[in-house]
Amino acid sequence: MPIDWIWGLIGGMLIGTGGAVYLLGNGRIMGASGIIGGLVDGSGWSTAAERIVFLVGVALLPVLLMPFYRAVDTHITDNYTVLVAAGLLVGIGTRIANGCTSGHGVCGMSRLSVRGIVATCCYILAGGLGVVLFRHILGVI
Amino acid sequence: MARLLVAFLAGGLFGAGLFISGMTDTTKVQGWLDVFGNWDPTLAFVMGGAMIPMAIAWLIRRRRTTSLTGLPLPPAPSKEIDGKLILGSVMFGIGWGLVGLCPGPSIASLSYGGPGLYAFLVAMIGGMLIAPMLRARLDRAVPAE
Repeated sequence: MPIDWIWGLIGGMLIGTGGAVYLLGNGRIMGASGIIGGLVDGSGWSTAAERIVFLVGVALLPVLLMPFYRAVDTHITDNYTVLVAAGLLVGIGTRIANGCTSGHGVCGMSRLSVRGIVATCCYILAGGLGVVLFRHILGVI
Repeated sequence: MARLLVAFLAGGLFGAGLFISGMTDTTKVQGWLDVFGNWDPTLAFVMGGAMIPMAIAWLIRRRRTTSLTGLPLPPAPSKEIDGKLILGSVMFGIGWGLVGLCPGPSIASLSYGGPGLYAFLVAMIGGMLIAPMLRARLDRAVPAE
């Protein structure tokens, strides 16, 4: 639907503005996996307050916007084997690669970082092939 | 205090953007990856939209020596393409495609994701806990020059 593209573009610009604020304000690269992962494995405890406040903002704004917005449904699968496997892959993968869609994708590619571009090509290709394999060939998702 | 305010503002914009763009809807993410199914282009608009302010920020960054709150700015990006970057990104991509969630939207949908999201989050945090060990093993297997 065309309306989805417009919301996508507006939302995307908000995401990029968030990244711009974090970069120019605090000198940080806005990468969700790095911000969460640093809290989880202890490597980012020296900046824990900043990370926690950031994540509170991420989780809180959707709550505040919800009353003014169309119905939200995540359509998340109820297959717990798939959920746990995917969570593990996302957790391990983003920390080994040192970034995810926000860090490598939004922040890396916008500065033409070779690592960001290579990582983004890899996860999009793997994601696309994964969907073909698990949906169209194996039929598990 | 100013740094915490910046972090909250940045996080809030990020969360609002993920919510408004529909990126917490797993079918939109999987729909974008599913080129052989009912392809959904929304994610490309989100990525493209996010690139614009971010690219401007990187241009402004060149003219500054510190951030607005006095913290150092990130150095020029590393150009090193190693096995960890490739392997990690491939693993992440498969997990991303399986459920349609990446780390940002998993936090943004915390209030409405339901039990499925919590299962994903617990597993993701578990993965993040074991990642440093795997990273160390990979470093030993392929010693850095």
